[in-house]
Amino acid sequence: MTDIKLNRRHLLTAGGAIVATGMTGLSLPATASGLAPTRSMRGGSNNYRPGAAIVDRIGGGGFWMSGTVRRAGDGTPLAKQRIQIWAHTTEGYESDPQSHGATLTDENGVFRLEMPQIVPAFGQPHAHLAYDSDDFKTVFLRPIMRSARQKSLEAHFVLTPA
Amino acid sequence: MRAPGTRSARGIIVWAALAIILAVPLSFAASSPQLEWRGPIYIAAGFAGVVGLALMLIQPLLIGGYLPGFTPYQARRVHRWVGTALVAAVVVHVAALWITSPPDVVDALLFDSPTPFSAWGVIAMWAVFLVAVMVALRGRLGLRPRTWRLVHTGLVLVIVAGTVIHSVLITGTMETLSKAALCALVIIATLKVIADIRFRPGKRNPQDGTIADAR
Repeated sequence: MTDIKLNRRHLLTAGGAIVATGMTGLSLPATASGLAPTRSMRGGSNNYRPGAAIVDRIGGGGFWMSGTVRRAGDGTPLAKQRIQIWAHTTEGYESDPQSHGATLTDENGVFRLEMPQIVPAFGQPHAHLAYDSDDFKTVFLRPIMRSARQKSLEAHFVLTPA
Repeated sequence: MRAPGTRSARGIIVWAALAIILAVPLSFAASSPQLEWRGPIYIAAGFAGVVGLALMLIQPLLIGGYLPGFTPYQARRVHRWVGTALVAAVVVHVAALWITSPPDVVDALLFDSPTPFSAWGVIAMWAVFLVAVMVALRGRLGLRPRTWRLVHTGLVLVIVAGTVIHSVLITGTMETLSKAALCALVIIATLKVIADIRFRPGKRNPQDGTIADAR
């Protein structure tokens, strides 16, 4: 009984992986159990403002938000992907336009944007990030800082084609 | 039993101690460095929460008869007023947070918030409102005093547990140590009054179970 269940589960997992791989357009057999796409976090889209401008720095800076953007499955770094960032900082609320900005990933799929110091808001010092361009499915992240004294924070995207 | 209003040394000490116990966390919160990054409505929201927590220490002290200067009847009347103030504090807390960031409050109220403390706060809020409705409808509900006390005590335990977890998990304007101390005192005072009423039947007011002469 147990054996049958396990076998069926394995079969479903493998089948699901093959289907997912097929849908993402990846045909490399080695990636059947590849990198899973990042799922949006609860509350990630709160106070989102579509179309934030690409900026060199949000406000006066002093805090670094960084991370990577990769493709689901094979983990290929994705260059020139637009990531939006906003948070409650020393310079404004999450909902304030000046708290929002966007940046592009480099050729290694890495993004890095300087912004004002994030301060605790609604009980936790946290940031919001969005990938909301057309090529891949939209993802909203809401990473939390372990301490309000941190001067940087990371968030990573694994995207799946839209 | 001393006559109500007696300015005894013990009375002065008890009231002074309570004033200090409440003033310390309130003044830490009022001088928090976080306030610099918040507007007046957000500040009011946070402070209403702190005041609500402070009122929750006064409530059991009143009903247990631990605060000198009140007759049991007066203590119960003040208990009701403080309860009303607690409802107001909760309403201001939630409304001002809503104005500050509507989506965060909607998430919290729908139990869909990423922050684990939100749900505890919302549970405590509903328990506070339930008590308020019970008090408002007390005459019409026709509950026996024993049943009333059981339900009230049950809801109070939900309120205290929910509020303490809610506030301890929050990184906000309250200073960590004074917040922990105030939360501990709220728990101790609540459990003490429940134990006193439960295990000292001789001193119970037959009407509602408050302790008539525990001072």
